[in-house]
Amino acid sequence: MNNPVVLEAVDIVKELGEGAGRVRALKGVSLSLRTGELTLLMGPSGSGKTTLLSILGCILTPTSGTVRIKDETTNGLTPEQLADLRRRHIGFVFQSYNLFPTLTALENVRLALDVRGMSHAETIERAEAALKAVGLSHKLRSYPRNMSGGEQQRVAVARALAGAPTVILADEPTAALDSENGHAVMALLAQIARDRNHAVLAVTHDPRTHAYADRIIRIEDGRIVGEERRPEAGKNVKKYDLTRRRKANA
Amino acid sequence: MILTLAIRNLFHDRIRLIVTLVGILFSIVLVAVQLGLYLGARKMIIDMIENANGEIWITAYGAKSFEEGGILLTPRERHAALATPGVKAAVPLIVSFAEWRKPGGGSTNTVVVGSDAEDNGLRAWNIVEGSQKDIEAPDGVAVDRSYLSDLGITGIGDIAQIERGRVRVRAITEGIRSFTMAPYIFTTLNRARELLGVPGENASYYLVQVEPGTDIERLRQDLASRLPNTEVLTKAEFRDRSLDQWLFSTGAGVALIGGAILGLLVGTVIVAQTLYSSTKDHLNEFATLRALGSSSGYIHKVILAQAGMSAVIGYVLGMAIALTVVVLSTHTALPIIMTPGLAVALFLLTLFMCAVSAISAIMKVTKIDPAMVFSR
Repeated sequence: MNNPVVLEAVDIVKELGEGAGRVRALKGVSLSLRTGELTLLMGPSGSGKTTLLSILGCILTPTSGTVRIKDETTNGLTPEQLADLRRRHIGFVFQSYNLFPTLTALENVRLALDVRGMSHAETIERAEAALKAVGLSHKLRSYPRNMSGGEQQRVAVARALAGAPTVILADEPTAALDSENGHAVMALLAQIARDRNHAVLAVTHDPRTHAYADRIIRIEDGRIVGEERRPEAGKNVKKYDLTRRRKANA
Repeated sequence: MILTLAIRNLFHDRIRLIVTLVGILFSIVLVAVQLGLYLGARKMIIDMIENANGEIWITAYGAKSFEEGGILLTPRERHAALATPGVKAAVPLIVSFAEWRKPGGGSTNTVVVGSDAEDNGLRAWNIVEGSQKDIEAPDGVAVDRSYLSDLGITGIGDIAQIERGRVRVRAITEGIRSFTMAPYIFTTLNRARELLGVPGENASYYLVQVEPGTDIERLRQDLASRLPNTEVLTKAEFRDRSLDQWLFSTGAGVALIGGAILGLLVGTVIVAQTLYSSTKDHLNEFATLRALGSSSGYIHKVILAQAGMSAVIGYVLGMAIALTVVVLSTHTALPIIMTPGLAVALFLLTLFMCAVSAISAIMKVTKIDPAMVFSR
């Protein structure tokens, strides 16, 4: 794999809690993410997956170790500087979608662009394009309450995608979805990684997602215990046809 | 998007929005009424001084207000004033509380204001029935329409008695009200002297009219040095003294301003509480925004926009009610005044109140941990 490394974590240690309750959630984790790859981070509950995701996403800072996104390290940054880094480099997809219930699909995506300081016209143009890319151009004015779980997660993917981030981090993106929608969302993330040259990392328990991964990293008890490269990834799965799904639903 | 998000957050919970608006509305109406009453009282207190044609007032030493001039001044003081360079005229005025005996029995307290029209010192204004000439008739007086029933009369031609003399109502004014609740009775200088038993050519005040181009402050000092047993006050000083006497020495003004401050406090607490609970309800959304990379300033702007919109809507509704109260109070003993300046000041106060109210909500989101987006 010759694609460039865009996110690198070196010897990450993270301690959580205070005093006697203090625990070491990550015990020297190192990994790197490359463009064009969908990487799965798998492990049992309490293994440190979400803590690692938070650190890679510049939401938490490590107790020690270094996170580098492109040429910028997160060491010593203030919360505002970390937010700036997230704005420029990270797109998130959450397990529970985390859409704003009072905003339409288009507005939800526009909001992520608005916080980046884009103009009104640009937010509309890019949000519409992102929603079209995930097959939801017919749901621009729909509110989350009027959308299925799969559609909501696709809005969340569009939101992450719209800002053209360096890395997309997904936290259990299929956990709240049925099998069909789970496959659809994973196919979409794989497609985004390969066609749009993003680095995508998905934290998951879901074995159905293996087929889409270029790489699977296993974490247990705060340590990386295995890494599997899958050069044949995606070859045996159908490319996700968004328009076909829409027609089928109609 | 900030405004869109703020509007949606605001209108998402209609009940809470109504509570917020009622809080702001209550606050604005209370503050508007209290400050309007203050302005109304202020106007009543200074109306006579403002309508008097003179820049300097010569009063007895220790005069507390327009109505309470103290001991009478003698013609000697007037002559000394007239001999001072820069003085064009020293117009004698008689002002005193007096008992008005109603034609149908009973009596009430009034303030007799005696001045000659040709002196052009202090004449009745806003005469709506009769004329200045009618007041100059031997028994003529002018009273304000709003006090007719208090005075036990119905209008022009009615006869009453003030202290020792009979008077006939020959003119009616409109809008000349008294803060002391003792109606003003306008008459001529000599008729006032007769009614009140003022000896010789004594007077309550000398209203000094000055030559054009005269330095008022220097003239005031010259007069003060020539009239050691009196006080010489500029119009502004006499106005402030009257205000101080009626509004602050009596505590009336303090009560009105205190009520206004209380209204602001109550409004601030209600808005703060509802904004805080709205922010708390949307905490996950704000955490998501933070995770998406929004700056704290962006989130603060959303909360401030919510506060600002609440302020604007609450202000419009509150002012509609306040203006209705103002109109209804027009013909009462203490009319509430709403000026463009007060309306602007109230709007700024409302914005300030809502901005202060947003502080607790802003403090809440400042401590927000974006990592909570993973624990939902």
